[in-house]
Amino acid sequence: MTDPGSHTNPPVDGSELIRFDHVTKRFGSNTVLDGLDFSVDAGKHVTLIGPSGSGKTTILRLLMTLMKPDEGTITVAGDQLFPASEKQVREVRKKIGMVFQQFNLFPNMNVLRNITEAPVTVLGMSKDEAEQRARELLDLVGLADKCDAYPTQLSGGQQQRVAIARALAMRPQVLLLDEVTSALDPELVAGVLDVLRDIARTTDITMLCVTHEMNFARDISDQVLMFDSGHVIESGPPEKIFGDPEHERTREFLGAVL
Amino acid sequence: MTSGLWELVLEGIWVTVQLLVLSALLATVVSFVVGVARTHRLWIVRFLAGFYTEVFRGTSALIMIFWVFFVLPPAFGWQLVPMWAGTLALGLTYGAYGAEIVRGALTAVDPAQREGGIALSFTPWQRMRLILLPQAVPEMIPPFSNLLIELLKGTALVSVMGMGDLAFSGNLVRLALQESAEIYTYILLIYFVIAFLLTRVMRGLERQLKAGVGKAPRKTVPAQARVSDGAGAVKVGGGA
Amino acid sequence: MQWDWGAVADFMPHFWDGLLVTLQALALGSVISFVLGLVWALLMRTPSRFVRWPVGAVTEFIRNTPLLVQLFFLFYVLPEWNITFSALTTGVVAIGLHYSTYTMQVYRAGIDAVPVGQWEAATALNLPLRRTWTAVILPQAVRRVVPALGNYVIAMLKDTPLLMAITVLDMLGEARLFSQQNFQFTEPLTVIGVAFILISYLASVLLRGLERRLVR
Repeated sequence: MTDPGSHTNPPVDGSELIRFDHVTKRFGSNTVLDGLDFSVDAGKHVTLIGPSGSGKTTILRLLMTLMKPDEGTITVAGDQLFPASEKQVREVRKKIGMVFQQFNLFPNMNVLRNITEAPVTVLGMSKDEAEQRARELLDLVGLADKCDAYPTQLSGGQQQRVAIARALAMRPQVLLLDEVTSALDPELVAGVLDVLRDIARTTDITMLCVTHEMNFARDISDQVLMFDSGHVIESGPPEKIFGDPEHERTREFLGAVL
Repeated sequence: MTSGLWELVLEGIWVTVQLLVLSALLATVVSFVVGVARTHRLWIVRFLAGFYTEVFRGTSALIMIFWVFFVLPPAFGWQLVPMWAGTLALGLTYGAYGAEIVRGALTAVDPAQREGGIALSFTPWQRMRLILLPQAVPEMIPPFSNLLIELLKGTALVSVMGMGDLAFSGNLVRLALQESAEIYTYILLIYFVIAFLLTRVMRGLERQLKAGVGKAPRKTVPAQARVSDGAGAVKVGGGA
Repeated sequence: MQWDWGAVADFMPHFWDGLLVTLQALALGSVISFVLGLVWALLMRTPSRFVRWPVGAVTEFIRNTPLLVQLFFLFYVLPEWNITFSALTTGVVAIGLHYSTYTMQVYRAGIDAVPVGQWEAATALNLPLRRTWTAVILPQAVRRVVPALGNYVIAMLKDTPLLMAITVLDMLGEARLFSQQNFQFTEPLTVIGVAFILISYLASVLLRGLERRLVR
């Protein structure tokens, strides 16, 4: 099995990969991110925690260019995302993969084609190579026998694992995980998290993760960022944040969810 | 009725069928081009496509036919043969209604699908071709089926221009026999049979397309009957 | 392309005459289609299939065949049966009948959309059937159907030019008459084309306003 996180041009571990400078995002009169600054180093696994509505998901959506910030700049591997031309944005996008809360598999394609379509049409990979790789990835997520199934025939947990394989097939440098277990029935959560733990352990892919699964966050994270009303109020290694939080709000939040 | 008169009717059916096929093809092309343009990210493209649909849905198909037959030739020096003039008028008008169907079905696709496409770095056109259209097209078939029936009824309008379609053949037979009830009953029955066959074909098409996206065909609700989307009612003015 | 404003000016008196006829036909046709459509919708709910089946078949037939041929049928066949109406009356009846087969579907959907609980409550209160319909079901259904009916009025407007085919001097009839007498086609046809676009645009704006009011 080749390393699913490998990519043609891996950044040096520890160098800065993602950078937010003074990023502000408003929805109407509601300011979700307020002059946010933070950065993520290559190869790190970073988890964003905090109460809902604190702007965690917005950060992932901004990175994926699903929305634009009102102010500030976002840089990925030295390329600026805003402002940038459509072409430039598409280049940066290729470095980023995303797994959604609601899976967002394409119902008109079977599992195999869900995974191979983008490598073939976007990266220009040959169909055989893409399929070969898709089968390896399906094997990794434990769904080798579901190549020909359509998404509607799969359980939520299976769909989500296909979505993880689909994101990895693009060999992204960064993987964004947006509450990937929130839409799953409780008994299906473990399977998906196991796959992600595996990927975190065996690859050098940078992960940016929004989750309410605190045990999972503690397991995989190098760094945890605590968000509240558009700001990072505390950050540090998981042992520190979960074991001995400094900020009052962090204690309250962890007390409520743990 | 003599066999000679029946021959007139048969010729009329043939003209109606040709006109139906040609104008349905043109209307389909217009529907997709204008309907997709209405979801374009540039406002000017959306505006022009919206303007087209407002104008062509705003006017009556019969007036369009008069316009194409009488105003276009002196104005632009085009003298179209009647079949093409009829095709043009019907295709452009019904295409405007079809564009609304296409736009509606495209916007009804879950926005998360678009985001899934962005996350995989598809270009806007790749997203349209690979993700949105394959999911939207099966949903378009029931309203398109209703529109096709309206188009069939609309083809009768060319008889006003003296084109020898099915409705016109009825007028000729009436003049020959000096009797109306029988021939018009036959003509109406023939239209009804054609409409019935078209509905069948479209239903089969829907079943096939839905099987392709792993969905069971839902029970067909006539689009006209949906009160909630009153604005999407498919009945076409001027297309009787 | 030559555009002759003089021809427009000459045509305008005829245009107003035609507009009046068009609006008359539209108003009367609407009333007929609203009433008849409700009758069909109610008949389709009777328990007897000896009522439902013929009503269903006849309305299906009318809906799936061209209004133009139906106009010819009424215009040429009724006199053979010694029933004579003016051309305008015949046209109004044909349009109203044709569209009643569409409005019946609107009513049906509107009635179906009234929650079952309303029927059950009416039964629980021992309301007689007639009261249930007139006091409970229809008032709720009508609110829901007004926007859809409005759309059919706009569609009907665009079908009124067909009356020209049975000698009615509506807008298109006037335009054709004027064209044939003066050999000027461009101006009258364009004037009525623009008029149709304007009227149906205004009507749809009005309708959207009405819709917003009813939703509240």
